Amino acid sequence: MMRVHVNGEQRTVAAGVTVAGLLTELDIRPERVAVELNLNILDRGEFERRSLQEGDRVEIIGFIGGGAGQGGSWPTIG
Amino acid sequence: MADDRLTIAGREFRSRLWVGTGKYKDFVETKKAIEASGADVVTVAVRRVNITDRSKENLLDYIDPKKYTILPNTAGCYTVEDAVRYSRLARAAGISDLVKLEVIGDEKTLFPDTAGLIEAAKILIKEGFIVLPYTNDDPIVAKKLVDIGCPAVMPLAAPIGSGLGIRNPYNLKIILETVKVPVIVDAGVGTASDAALAMEYGADAVLMNTAIAGAKDPIMMAEAMKYAVDAGRLAYRAGRIPRKLYATASSPIEGML
Repeated sequence: MMRVHVNGEQRTVAAGVTVAGLLTELDIRPERVAVELNLNILDRGEFERRSLQEGDRVEIIGFIGGGAGQGGSWPTIG
Repeated sequence: MADDRLTIAGREFRSRLWVGTGKYKDFVETKKAIEASGADVVTVAVRRVNITDRSKENLLDYIDPKKYTILPNTAGCYTVEDAVRYSRLARAAGISDLVKLEVIGDEKTLFPDTAGLIEAAKILIKEGFIVLPYTNDDPIVAKKLVDIGCPAVMPLAAPIGSGLGIRNPYNLKIILETVKVPVIVDAGVGTASDAALAMEYGADAVLMNTAIAGAKDPIMMAEAMKYAVDAGRLAYRAGRIPRKLYATASSPIEGML
């Protein structure tokens, strides 16, 4: 097992898990999200190939209701 | 209105009313209001996915990206770096290469930081984004945004969510005369007459969120806005009569007793 940061929270995941594996574990459909790994945005094609390392920072981003100007940084969504 | 389509960067839009998706009671209300508005462009914010509670539904389960043009925005971004990062993430999510670019300058007014906006727009345009910038009612900034490659500009009517209507109609008119790209009035509309007025001035479209979502009956207001935008557009195309100080009889004198 190893520790990574996902959307600002620390999580323990299986060593060598791929990004796709992480999304499956979190029950997130990959086609509607973007993934940033240590500040680099991944192509969707990389999800299956890219394995996480201890201490990696992962951001999983999607779309939320919004018009304009809302403040705050990275509030979570459904 | 079928013959009067709005075209931006080679894409055609049916509706001249564009809507936001924030501040609704729930996704069902969001969906109903959007349907009532007739809008085919829907703006959404970019945020972290909730990884702890997966029971929550997703907005895109209600707003079908095949049916609507999804316009991601960079709402909440106060720096060039953040606005660029959010835009890239939005594109990576695979829904759209359009972005409603916002670089917010101040929490209290939510006015755009126009210097930051121009800088962020330059970076994103170079990367192939179709940048629709949320800007101030400043004709010079609007022109600069067009000069660097924005295919439309989105000047505010008034501060976001304020409902004050068009605070500077003369600047808006100058923008409409100055730039040769579509002008979408974005933010500050309070009620139907504000939207109609923007369209009568010659705006190409109006984008709003709070005016609909914050109304007592959002679905009814969405419908009102649809009529307002259509009426304003038709009045603009029809050409209004000039204002005169004195009366002009509309019935002939001839034939009177």
